[in-house]
Amino acid sequence: MTESVTERPFVHFDGVQKSYDGETLVVKDLNLEIAPGEFVTMLGPSGSGKTTCLMMLAGFEAATSGEIYLKGEPINNVPPHKRNIGMVFQNYALFPHMTVAENLAFPLQVRKMRRKDVKDKVARALGMVQMDEFGSRKPAQLSGGQQQRVALARALVFEPQLILMDEPLGALDKQLREHMQYEIKHIHEQLGVTVVYVTHDQSEALTMSDRIAVFDDGVIQQLAPPAELYERPENAFVAQFIGENNRLPGKVTAIENGVARVALDNGPEVLALAINCGEVGNRTVLSIRPERVQVNHVTDANRLDGHVQELIYLGDHIRCRMQVCGNDDFIVKVPNSPEHAMLREGETCTVGWNTEDCRALDLAHGAM
Amino acid sequence: MTDATANQGPDGLLLATDGTPLKAKLRQSMKASRRRAFGLVLPLLLFVLASFVIPIIMLLWTGVSNDTYAANMPRSAPLMRAWDGSSQPTEAMAEAMVLDMIDARKAKTIGKVASRVNREQSGTRSLYTKSARRAAKMEPPFLDALVKADKDWADIETWRATKIAATSLTPAYYAAALDYKYTADGEFVEQDEVRQIHVQLFWKTIWVSGAVMLFCLLLGYPVAYLLSHLPAKKANLLMILVLLPFWTSLLVRTTAWIAMLQSQGVLNDIFVWLGITGDEQRFSLIYNMTGTLIAMTHILLPFMILPIYSVMRAIPPSHVRAAKSLGATNWTAFWRVYFPATIPGIGAGGLLVFILSIGYYITPALVGGQDGQLISNFIAYHMQRSLNWSLAAALGGILLAIVLVLYWLYDRIVGIDNMKLG
Repeated sequence: MTESVTERPFVHFDGVQKSYDGETLVVKDLNLEIAPGEFVTMLGPSGSGKTTCLMMLAGFEAATSGEIYLKGEPINNVPPHKRNIGMVFQNYALFPHMTVAENLAFPLQVRKMRRKDVKDKVARALGMVQMDEFGSRKPAQLSGGQQQRVALARALVFEPQLILMDEPLGALDKQLREHMQYEIKHIHEQLGVTVVYVTHDQSEALTMSDRIAVFDDGVIQQLAPPAELYERPENAFVAQFIGENNRLPGKVTAIENGVARVALDNGPEVLALAINCGEVGNRTVLSIRPERVQVNHVTDANRLDGHVQELIYLGDHIRCRMQVCGNDDFIVKVPNSPEHAMLREGETCTVGWNTEDCRALDLAHGAM
Repeated sequence: MTDATANQGPDGLLLATDGTPLKAKLRQSMKASRRRAFGLVLPLLLFVLASFVIPIIMLLWTGVSNDTYAANMPRSAPLMRAWDGSSQPTEAMAEAMVLDMIDARKAKTIGKVASRVNREQSGTRSLYTKSARRAAKMEPPFLDALVKADKDWADIETWRATKIAATSLTPAYYAAALDYKYTADGEFVEQDEVRQIHVQLFWKTIWVSGAVMLFCLLLGYPVAYLLSHLPAKKANLLMILVLLPFWTSLLVRTTAWIAMLQSQGVLNDIFVWLGITGDEQRFSLIYNMTGTLIAMTHILLPFMILPIYSVMRAIPPSHVRAAKSLGATNWTAFWRVYFPATIPGIGAGGLLVFILSIGYYITPALVGGQDGQLISNFIAYHMQRSLNWSLAAALGGILLAIVLVLYWLYDRIVGIDNMKLG
């Protein structure tokens, strides 16, 4: 997908800034290109500016500076109803006084479509979300998941090429949410529309997206496909925000071939990939995923003592909280398999990791 | 849940573990809390009953029942009621009448009786008082003695009027309230054209209430919209301005309108100053229908704004946004999505303003002049001046019936559950 971006972006944020009060920027210099047919998720904590970006794209907020292009056309001065962008809202925003079929017919009626065409398209859209029999119901008579489907069908029924979704699954329970994630993903693949999706739920983002833009403080911290985001976070915020992460602060003592030698606070020197740690002498934070920590079978040079504090049995794996180098929150996931010795609380063991699994990152977001 | 079926009694009812039906058990367990809830509302219930429900029922009762005659003329009342109203009055009737008159004069109640009969036929008041003065000296045959005292006693209409007055339970007042006359034969005939005022007044009251409701809606809807869309700080300030009239006495506000609207008042002065009208032809904005409409609209406006505002505030902004994202223009989004969502508020506000204005009294009385009087002013007149409480009660009863019918209509069309007062 990334190759096609260079050809002709479908959506293009060019140096967009947004401020509500003229004093602080909610969105700082946003540059983002989205290819046709791509599923891009804006992920970030609340207040990070992701929803504001979506609202600017939909036309409900005006960019304070910069320009947004849709299919190469600047759209800053195009009112929302002329942008032809489908949108699914957080609480579905179904019109309560209309039936499901009337809700779906609404965008077609305002486009002055013929009555028969409206009927056909509504029926097809309902079929797509498996809601054929619910056309005559009012939204209040539907469950959350059904309302979600109707909202999705309504955003799709007038065949827009771009769909925006603002935390559409936030109000559903976990099981239904996961089910709907797959369903949205399938509809996206089936129709080939471009989707911009906003969420604060990282597992949702990882499941569905082609690329994820991680927002914090009005800035995209990293824009990458899900696997890369998890495996190779570029800064401490992304490492901490996506998935579980162990952090060990220290000081860079040497950098050689992209590998940093780091003297841990209250611990020995270890090796880590130098990603974003600056120069020798800088303070840094090491980031290691819990499942990449080795216990007692340490293969690499990085060896530390761990004191087992707490064990939580989770079936397929055991979650172990240890004290490592004075850090009480060092989490290790030990697979529940015969070759792994059972740990006991209070025990001291050896933990370690492969150098390429440990990343030395900036301290800016990592200040604890 | 297998044991739930095991607990079923022979008649299919669910049983509790001790064998009593579950429903009875539930009632029993709820008894204490029900009693406590009842105890909490009891003082208010008694107060409302004593000060509101019972007086209203009693007053409504006076609308169909007036025992002034029956209570003060005990001998003649049953005879009059028994009389067929067309045959010649008998000597027995005359004798009872004369004896009653002597007693009533002693008890000083003859005046009340006389005005009661007078309501059925004008001119009978003096007939009664005059005859009562002479009654003590009358001698049998009393029929002739009465005619000698006043020849009107020979007129059968006098006796027919008395018959109506002697009947305590009567639809006469309701008939009068609807501009009909109830005759001694038990028939309803239309009142003379010049005396038909009530029906016209009812229509006028309904018309004024409807107009006030419409003006309140036209003026209040945009304000409510603004209120619900402003940031909290400004909305609070505006809300205080909306509520300000509530904190000022109704009388003060109405008199303020007099100062504003009278022919030498602020508004007319401005009109003259602007050259809109000459000094000699000032607009008459008060002591007529215009004054009533202006003052009532102003006073009832908050009752329209508040319910609409509370409904508007509950409409998620995403609904209008969704409509726009689906391709609706601002107007279509408003008319097809936003406006239908505000209908419960419009209904509540409209019903509230209409019901309040249909019984409005002080404002029309002060600024309405001759032309701006409503049915409530007429009811007050009968309560305070003419002392015809029964007619006042009948008028009030009809007013109540109109409100109830409107309420029922509203429930049928909009549904009372949709009403939101805030």
